[in-house]
Amino acid sequence: MPLFAFLIIGERYFQTMSVELTVTSDDRRIARFAAAAIVLTIAEAAIPSPLPGVKPGLANIVVLVVLLRHGWADAAWVSLLRVFAASLLMGQFLAPGFFLSLAGALASLATLAATVRLPSRWFGPVTHSVAAAFAHMAAQLVVARLWLVPHDGVFLLTPIFATAALCFGAINGLIAAKLLVELDQ
Amino acid sequence: MRALREWLPHLRPGDWGTLALGLALAASSFPLLWRGGVADRAVVKRDGAILAEFALNASRRFEVEGPIGRTVIEIAPGRARVAADPGLHQYCVKQGWLTRPNSIAICAPNHVSLQLTGKDSSFDSLNY
Repeated sequence: MPLFAFLIIGERYFQTMSVELTVTSDDRRIARFAAAAIVLTIAEAAIPSPLPGVKPGLANIVVLVVLLRHGWADAAWVSLLRVFAASLLMGQFLAPGFFLSLAGALASLATLAATVRLPSRWFGPVTHSVAAAFAHMAAQLVVARLWLVPHDGVFLLTPIFATAALCFGAINGLIAAKLLVELDQ
Repeated sequence: MRALREWLPHLRPGDWGTLALGLALAASSFPLLWRGGVADRAVVKRDGAILAEFALNASRRFEVEGPIGRTVIEIAPGRARVAADPGLHQYCVKQGWLTRPNSIAICAPNHVSLQLTGKDSSFDSLNY
């Protein structure tokens, strides 16, 4: 009997000691979207690219959908979770590519915070996507110039990156727009 | 056509403006950053004084006697290089072919330099 009581007391003790992390439905939703974004990032890493840095950025489709359905804060969570988790999975965490990715994501999020205030009747996902893509490219070029290639020569790549940002930004925006319509049906 | 009908409704009026702005930005970055055009002449100097100038339209070799030996300049259509130099580290030889206007290969030990010039000389010097 005393042993049994001790066990009960012990169990009570641990119950009071344990910290309960309550998982809200918001957390689950963000985790689901972030998982989708991470999968797209990993899949994209397998696509060969003629130039390092020229990538479709498919994960941004998820960020756009989250932005327009659940707001900027959720989009920021998804975007940053993706940057951290994908870099950990690919062994790139704290490598130069990680910082380029982080700088791009932060610049994109800052731009999205501004464009999302534009009247939605006139400006849709394509505007958000193209603006964010250009911000992403600009931030990466600046980080590369300041830190990785301390020479103005990196800016000679601007035309290529700008063209890629325009094309992939527009395509991702259109896909996000279509997804949003289908999700609302 | 079917694809167009399917995707175009997703573009809102302002989106066209954004796309036009993006296109303008991307298009303007080409001439802004890729000016400099084509190199059309090679200038060979010794001790800062011009020894020879060549149009970059035919292949030829040019030899310069410097303080420590002979530097060989090779000219080819659209490009030029230092083919041989007596310098210790061979920096100017390792630079390889120069193609952009105002790019320069300096063989300091032998006091010789090879520089390309173009019609539009927007830089004093370009090095990579």
